Amino acid sequence: MTGLDQKEPRPGFAKRAWSFLLELLDVLIKPSTVFGLGVLVIAGFVAGIIFWGGFNTALEVTNTEKFCTSCHEMRDNVFAELKSTIHFTNRSGVRATCPDCHVPHNWTDKIARKMQASQEVWGKLFGYINTREKFQDKRLELALHEWARFKANDSLECRNCHSADSMDVTKQSPRAAVAHERYLFTGEKTCIDCHKGIAHHLPDMRGVPGWQ
Amino acid sequence: MVRKTAILFLAIAIAAGTGALAAETLESGLRGSTPLNEEGPAPPMTPMRNTAEKEVRNYPEQPPVIPHSIDGYQIDLHSNKCLSCHARARTAESQAPMVSITHFMDRDGQFLASISPRRYFCTECHVPQNVTNPPVSNDFVDIDTMLSRAAPDGRR
Repeated sequence: MTGLDQKEPRPGFAKRAWSFLLELLDVLIKPSTVFGLGVLVIAGFVAGIIFWGGFNTALEVTNTEKFCTSCHEMRDNVFAELKSTIHFTNRSGVRATCPDCHVPHNWTDKIARKMQASQEVWGKLFGYINTREKFQDKRLELALHEWARFKANDSLECRNCHSADSMDVTKQSPRAAVAHERYLFTGEKTCIDCHKGIAHHLPDMRGVPGWQ
Repeated sequence: MVRKTAILFLAIAIAAGTGALAAETLESGLRGSTPLNEEGPAPPMTPMRNTAEKEVRNYPEQPPVIPHSIDGYQIDLHSNKCLSCHARARTAESQAPMVSITHFMDRDGQFLASISPRRYFCTECHVPQNVTNPPVSNDFVDIDTMLSRAAPDGRR
C-alpha cells in the first residue's frame, strides 16, 4: 500500500460548483492583464451588435407567415381557412399575415406574447392538435383565448391597421355605418365583439354571448 | 350529261348552304354570339346590392331577399352568422328584422322555442341581390295588377 492509492475523497457537487463560481467571479471582476480597454470596449460593442441583431433577427423569423405555416397544424387548419377571406386577398392587395393579428407590434407586448407562445411549442411537441379532429375539439378553447386577448387589449391588433378615427362612415354600407356609429365610436363595443370569425372558421358557438 | 350537270349543281348548292350555315352566328340573350361548341368569356362579376333597404316582395309567400352583402358569413353546424343579428334576442341591438315566426314551426305545425332545424340554413331560400342588367326580359305581373285588370272598376 503506497500513498498514491490513498486518494482524497472528491468534494461534493455543490462544493465544486461553488468554488467554480468563486473562480469565475474572480476572473470577471479583476481587470484584464492581456487586452487593452479599447479592445475590450470595441469587442463588447461588436459582440453586442451581433448578439442583439441575431436575437432580433431570430425573433423576426418567428414572426413570418412562412414560419407559422411550416407546421401542418397551422398550414392545414387556420391558414387554409384564412385563404378565402378578405384579409388574404382583396382589391388593394394588402395581406394581413398571421403575426399582424396574433402578435402585438409593440416590443414589450411582443416579448410577453412570445414567452407565452412557449406553451404552444410544448403543445406542438406533444401533438395537442396534430390531427384535424383534435384541432376541431380544441378550437373553441383556442378561440376563446384569442377573443379574450382581443377584448382585453381593445382589439389592438385590428387597430394597428383599422382606426376608428380614420374610418369614413359615408364610404361604408348603411348597415356598417349605423353599427359603427352606435357601438364603435361610443366605445361600447370593440372590434372583436362583432367581428368574430372574419379570418378563420368559427367553433361551435353555442353558449358564446351574442350567438345562437 | 344532264344528270352529271344536275349532280354538280347539287353539290355546289350543298357546299354553299353549309358554308352559309357555319358562318351564321347564333345570337342569344344569355350566351351572346359564342358558337354552341365553344365557351365564351365569362361575364364580369357584378357588385352586390348593399343598401340595407327592404325590397318589395313579388308575392306574399316570397322569401324576402337579403338587401346586404353576406360575403364570408358562416352558416354551418357550428354557427350561423345571420342569427347573430336576426335572432329574436339580438334584434334590439341590431335593429334587424326578426326571423319570421313561421321559422319556429316544425313540420307538424308545432311551435318550437327557437328556430326549427329545417329553417336553419337561411340561404336555401334567402339570397342577396346583384346589381346587374337582366340578359332576358321578364313580364311577370303581380297579383294586385292582375286583379285590377280583371276588375277595372277597382272592386275585388
